[in-house]
Amino acid sequence: MADAPAAEKQQKAIVPFLKIPANPAEKPYLQGSRCKKCGATYLGSRMACSKCFSTDAMDDVKLSDRGELHVFSIVHQSVPGVPTPYVAAIVDLPEGVSVRCNISGVEPDPKNLKFGMPVQFVAEKIRTDREGNDVIAFSFKPV
Amino acid sequence: MRDVAVIGVAMIKFGRYPEKTVPELAAQAAILALKDAGIEMNQVELVASGNLYQSNAMVGQRILQIIGQTGVPVINVANACATGSTAFREAYMSVASGAYDVAMAIGSEQMGKMGLLGGGAGGGDPAYSTEGVLGSGLMPAVFGMAGVEHMRKYGTTLEQFARVSVKNHKHSMHNPYSQYQTEVGLEEVLNARMVGWPNTLYMCCPTGDGAAAAIVCSMEKARQFTTKPIRVAASVLTSDPWTQRDLTMPDINTLTRNAAKEAYEKAGIGPQDINLIELHDCFATAELLHYENLGICAEGEAGRMIDEGVTAIGGKVPVNASGGLLSKGHPLGATGVANVCEVVWHLRGEAGNRQVEGAKVGLAHVIGLGSACTIQVLEKV
Ligand SMILES: [Zn+2]
Repeated sequence: MADAPAAEKQQKAIVPFLKIPANPAEKPYLQGSRCKKCGATYLGSRMACSKCFSTDAMDDVKLSDRGELHVFSIVHQSVPGVPTPYVAAIVDLPEGVSVRCNISGVEPDPKNLKFGMPVQFVAEKIRTDREGNDVIAFSFKPV
Repeated sequence: MRDVAVIGVAMIKFGRYPEKTVPELAAQAAILALKDAGIEMNQVELVASGNLYQSNAMVGQRILQIIGQTGVPVINVANACATGSTAFREAYMSVASGAYDVAMAIGSEQMGKMGLLGGGAGGGDPAYSTEGVLGSGLMPAVFGMAGVEHMRKYGTTLEQFARVSVKNHKHSMHNPYSQYQTEVGLEEVLNARMVGWPNTLYMCCPTGDGAAAAIVCSMEKARQFTTKPIRVAASVLTSDPWTQRDLTMPDINTLTRNAAKEAYEKAGIGPQDINLIELHDCFATAELLHYENLGICAEGEAGRMIDEGVTAIGGKVPVNASGGLLSKGHPLGATGVANVCEVVWHLRGEAGNRQVEGAKVGLAHVIGLGSACTIQVLEKV
């Protein structure tokens, strides 16, 4: 049996709610879903609403690329292979969704971070997977 | 539901026991609890065994294979850090319901050196691991951020969080069951190696092994076995309700508040009636949040409360007289049962040099992330 032709290298998102449009002119974004009944908004797709228990299909929402820093920690001790220190944070988006992310573009020092500071979504390649695909992740950086 | 009493408790000193198996550790605690209650294994009608890391390995039955194969129902419980306290509640429920008269909860864990970091890549391609890329799911950071949220809301300071560690380590000096019995000063805590800001090394609970057991009995029958029955005034378990950020940033507050409300209602008391509390100080940042969650101070007052020594032994509401998880250690399955032991000892007046004088009502609280919260209210009768 002949070898299968090498698959074309792809860009793959690190998590399903990070969407990478096929058209390279369009930027990656975070996808959410909103409950038609109560308006609760979630990261990614949902089978049901855990706030109001509705099982109706939700509305797809393209989440904003601007948010604000809710809280953060600076991780100095991590699992093997993960470089430290890094700023781990929770960013609130205007749609009422919170995102767990790194804050990039600043030295990991509490004095560089302010509660409520505006932050900008950034998507970039961080690694190559076993099959040679680009792994795309995101972070938020101070504006 | 009928009245239930704790008639026997025991724990082994938390620490490292690499030469023992989990059932062996648990069996030691169970035998001591049976002795404390003055009963034999064949009087126990149900066993609830809490263990997390071997939750697929029938730990409860393996304990009975050591201490007595009586053939009674055995329930193996796993509920994150609330594993032991959930096992205690299962034992309580089995007696409160009237189905059984005597039940035993046994909590055990062998943590090895794995620590509370948790997380990691899992099975798939490590290129898709999110730790350190999409923030952190590691416990020091998760509980760090919970504390930082309090800092943001109320201006709570690093010193106030660090003082929790100073207080609990001071308490541990008098607890022979504590993994560490070492005093630390404020500067030492603040200047220790940073793990997950704002939690330094001394603000994180140590890793270790341990076991604890508690025997509950219908209040009717309790006096046959003991002159000092301790009434379970409430045993409550909650899970995390929907709140705005919970799915992204585990909300450790709301489910504790829900549990506290239900516990106080069931016990017919208020937070002002509590004489001592063992609460879930897995990280120093967590303890202050729970002062408010349990209603022992007003919103935003937790920092002041630690500054004024209200929660130190000798203060109005001593918290973590045992030394807390910060000193005692946190072998997940054992923790919630050990908390019950500590409160029972104080209510019986058997807590030695750390005794909270005149304690009549005590509360034991545990949080398991993901999330579960248990509260047991215990009362001297
Ligand atoms: Zn809904």
